[in-house]
Amino acid sequence: MRTARLLVVGWVLQLKTMMRSAFNGALSVVWPLFFATTAFFMYRAGRDEHTLLYASLGASVMGIWSATSTSASSVLQRERRHGTLELLAGEPTNFAFVLLPISIAMSTVGLYSMVATLLWGRLVFGIDMHLVHPLLFVLAIPVTIASVGALGFLLSVACARYRSAWALGNSLEYPVWLICGFLVPLALLPSWVGPISWLLAPTFGVRAIREAALGGAPLDDLLACASLGIAYFAVGILLAETVLRMARKTAALQLS
Amino acid sequence: MAVIEALDLRRTYKTSTGTFRRRSLEVEAVRGVTLGVEEGKLFGLLGPNGAGKTTTIKMLITLLIPTAGTASVLGYDVVKDAREVRKRIGYVFGGDRGLYDRLSGQDNLRYFAELYAVPPREQRARIAELLELVGLAGREKERVEGYSRGMRQRLHIARGLLHDPPVVFLDEPTIGVDPVGARELRTMIAQLVAAGKTVLLTTHYMFEADQLCDRIAVISEGTIVAEGTPAELKANVSDGRVVEIEVFGVDDPTVERLRRIEGVRSVGVEQREQAQLLVAQTDGRELTHALLAQLDGAQVGRVSAREPSLEDAYVALVRES
Repeated sequence: MRTARLLVVGWVLQLKTMMRSAFNGALSVVWPLFFATTAFFMYRAGRDEHTLLYASLGASVMGIWSATSTSASSVLQRERRHGTLELLAGEPTNFAFVLLPISIAMSTVGLYSMVATLLWGRLVFGIDMHLVHPLLFVLAIPVTIASVGALGFLLSVACARYRSAWALGNSLEYPVWLICGFLVPLALLPSWVGPISWLLAPTFGVRAIREAALGGAPLDDLLACASLGIAYFAVGILLAETVLRMARKTAALQLS
Repeated sequence: MAVIEALDLRRTYKTSTGTFRRRSLEVEAVRGVTLGVEEGKLFGLLGPNGAGKTTTIKMLITLLIPTAGTASVLGYDVVKDAREVRKRIGYVFGGDRGLYDRLSGQDNLRYFAELYAVPPREQRARIAELLELVGLAGREKERVEGYSRGMRQRLHIARGLLHDPPVVFLDEPTIGVDPVGARELRTMIAQLVAAGKTVLLTTHYMFEADQLCDRIAVISEGTIVAEGTPAELKANVSDGRVVEIEVFGVDDPTVERLRRIEGVRSVGVEQREQAQLLVAQTDGRELTHALLAQLDGAQVGRVSAREPSLEDAYVALVRES
């Protein structure tokens, strides 16, 4: 009960902090619209409603991933810059439960990104939003967001010691768009990309969302996405205390 | 039994230099600190920048693992029982960082109250009580980015006391705060001790240590060079005298000559706009003329002699170490 309350309060206050930055807010609003526009222009030549919706859904998950990946790796640097990292590390709560609400808050920004992308596609480009499995579609969205959030959480835990970890998040942003098949079907990529993509929850998340919308069997992908999310979460929790202990040993939490 | 106890505490930092030819270096920040703080007492840790005060505090509050030695708070080992220690301590760092600027003072306290597991039913009353204590009642809904440095520091103290810890660590809490704000903070610290808390305070300000601390340890280059009550430390230099000479354009060789005069314990140089102030501590002998005789060529201003203060005792200890 205490942990649930901590997660909720942490999530609300972290979201409040993020939303109060006018610059970040403006970027969050505009960024997904760029994704949607780019995807539409890439696939416009097909003039096929299915293809356009396929691209639009991929672009919407791109927004979730971008919001999470870039901020997950820099979140601890932000806390370090504010001088709050040592305070968070020095309180009695498990470090993982301190980081988790921050990651969930970032994925929540991703939810906006998804809605904005789909609305932009509908209103500006007239993409028809006919859903084959509406219930599964609605279920696939939170599962994908939670799993991407868990991946962001794992990334932020793994990067806790490194001041330049933000660069890692930035460098992962674009490759994952490709590796997870957000823009281009995985079948078009070299075969060695496959095993890498299977380790990444967004691969299954975007596939589940697409199959729920366009027709297919999204349950297997949904299950794979959720399982990977749970695995990231479990590894993150186990890793958090170890990383924190190493940071205490190497003095990597210093403010600078 | 001491509430805070450190035994031969050591901490080494590993660092590296060079871009292509990297060379690793080891810096010994703390070299065998031993101290004990009794329940309900205010213990001061004094030392120049880089002496090891903050590193010592960080080991005691479990943020750093000592390279060697042991330390405990309320009987709990700071390495093995880190979580138990954290539940029972509050700590406040000086400076205006360590807060969420875009949140209100109240939201900051709410967040940390959750992290410190303050029961939900008690949170509201506890936060209101602390805001009253630190003089921020009525300003709690404003964003922290609009707070003055003094207000931030008071909010820090409120944050450190949220879970009503019996032991409080204060690392230069009045640094950068204006005189009125600093006086209010000192009053607040005295109230904490009066309420039965055990406090370990680091500060650069001698009058602050003199006014507040029951015992003081002077730390220099990672080791404790003296420990005692403020009166005991002052007694170390009470047989001496201090001569202050305002000079213009004194050079290093001249200062060295002054140091070599028999009976001179130490000579410090403080920069005062265009002038310099030479502060010479002597063993009690009248050496004003001898000192002035070595300053031939330099323009001399005001000259005065006085009894040594705690600051002089501190300077002598640090110079001797």
